[in-house]
Amino acid sequence: MSEMIVNQAIGEALAEEMRRDPTVIMFGEGVATKRKDLVAEFGSQRVRNTPLAEGIIAGTAAGAAATGLRPIVDLLFAPFLCLAMEEIINSAGKLRYISGGQFSFPLVAIAMTGGGWTVGAQHNHNNESWFVHSPGLKVVMPSNAADFKGLLKSAIRDDNPVIFFIDMPLMYQAGEVPAGEHIVPLGRAATLREGKDVTIISYAKMVHTCMQAANTLAQIGVSAEVIDLRSLKPLDEKAFIDSARKTGRVLIVHEASRMCGVGAEVAAIVAEQAFDTLKAPVLRLTGPDAPAPSSYVLEQAFMPQPDGVVAAVKKLMG
Amino acid sequence: MDEIKTDASPRAMLECMMLIRAFEENNKALNAAGNFPGTCTCIGQEASAVGVVRALAKNDLILTNHRSAGHLIARGADPARILAEIMGRSTGYCKGKSGTLHVSAKELGVILTSTIVGGELSLATGVALSQSMLKRQGIVACFFGDGAACEGIFHESLNLAALWNLPILYVCENNQWQAYVRRDETMLTDHISKRASAYGIEGITVDGNDVEAVCAAARDASAKIRNTKKPILLETYTYRLSGHFEPDDMAYVNPEELAEWKSKDPISRLKAKMLESKALTSNDAAQMEQRILRAVSDAVLFAKASPFPELSELTTDVYA
Repeated sequence: MSEMIVNQAIGEALAEEMRRDPTVIMFGEGVATKRKDLVAEFGSQRVRNTPLAEGIIAGTAAGAAATGLRPIVDLLFAPFLCLAMEEIINSAGKLRYISGGQFSFPLVAIAMTGGGWTVGAQHNHNNESWFVHSPGLKVVMPSNAADFKGLLKSAIRDDNPVIFFIDMPLMYQAGEVPAGEHIVPLGRAATLREGKDVTIISYAKMVHTCMQAANTLAQIGVSAEVIDLRSLKPLDEKAFIDSARKTGRVLIVHEASRMCGVGAEVAAIVAEQAFDTLKAPVLRLTGPDAPAPSSYVLEQAFMPQPDGVVAAVKKLMG
Repeated sequence: MDEIKTDASPRAMLECMMLIRAFEENNKALNAAGNFPGTCTCIGQEASAVGVVRALAKNDLILTNHRSAGHLIARGADPARILAEIMGRSTGYCKGKSGTLHVSAKELGVILTSTIVGGELSLATGVALSQSMLKRQGIVACFFGDGAACEGIFHESLNLAALWNLPILYVCENNQWQAYVRRDETMLTDHISKRASAYGIEGITVDGNDVEAVCAAARDASAKIRNTKKPILLETYTYRLSGHFEPDDMAYVNPEELAEWKSKDPISRLKAKMLESKALTSNDAAQMEQRILRAVSDAVLFAKASPFPELSELTTDVYA
């Protein structure tokens, strides 16, 4: 084990995978400027800056992925993905199917999002469910340094396009990362805390909010189980269904807005598969249907907070 | 397994253009008769397809769009398997999962066909990056229309390809129509090739209805690309003699303009020239027509006899 910040964990994953596989390349806006260590080790052909043009960055990644390379592209902020939607959704996501399986698209598109840096709605938009809803893509949104490293390595090795979201304020958060080869498979949730009274399901930065709330709840005698989804697609249904069946109470917490968010899908799956064991209706605690604000106080109000999680659990407990 | 065709003799190119025309006309007829999908034909643009594709080497790669039958057939694709694909049969190049709009045939190097206008422009840079980084010899030919040249991705693609020295032959088939909109309603200048200089690359316009001129220009351009690794923009100036998407009565087309372009039909032009120079006899031409008729009727028999995909195919090939 060694402690490192998330940005370092990402850097380790990139370097290890580029060392392991000469077809892994990385490009994007400022990639070569920010990751000088990668340029030094792998050269300016494999680590490249690009023009500020998200469409061609993503399209180039798709074309390269289909013909023998494994590109990683940094598209900076999640709202910029709007400028690359055609290439991600229509090309990378669909051309395997359309071509009858003639091509695969092993690429990773990285984007940052999430409140905390007061950057406002054109740099912060938790739009992960758009990609979950699109066929052919996988979606990852880790919560801690070890998972960032392990999931990024899996994403790079995966033969499908993976959208890899970084919750912005986590970038400089430190965490323990296992020494040596550390792989976290896609599609596997993590139970971060076991409990018997309620299941709290979350992902990314909100996992920490939920863990804080679980500590508070423990002090008043409520035993909360906290599940970190880690991958949003594929979704580890078994992990949260088993937990829902055990506790009978489910709260889903995410920063993205509620309607058609990942929480809606999780709630529906719980209702379909664990309804007979539920002791209370499934609840969701999410961001509002509003663009992400910039003002610090509004941004904090936008995001679910530990107090809100505690209040929602109390409501579930009746 | 189909064989990639590279025969660029006038005789071979004439027969190929005639086959493409007959294939597309047959699709129109099947559509008019009913129970056949709508389709985007390349009627009128055969010289652009055949001239460029036959100038390419076997290890070159092609990206095309919704008007792809010409590029596919010129490369050596079996009309029967294209037709099967259009009719949603499992024997098609994409197992019936593409339909008419985005047929790819990896075995022939016709890859990543996109029907999102400009989609092929965004993918071509990546394909060329693979060619370059994996030290492959082949260049990339990317076909698109004047409509795609109005998309923002045209700029992004050419700029990046020029910047990164990507071996791409950009082929703009300027057919004067963007779906149901006249080209001159969407841009003030006549030629797309002029834009090349803005990216520091060479731009060429060629008479897109003269297959020999197209082939010579494409051969010249691809030789330069192989040497310099720099992309080139080749504009084939031509005309869409049929509708955007069949059935299409073309009521929106000026009849005089259409008649003028019909008089420049690339097939009649080459045939007349070859007959006059005695490079072709009328007996040769009749034999070609017989072979083509047979190929098209065989294609129909094959496609109609082919099974539809199993329903289990609905959710296969989504993930690798």
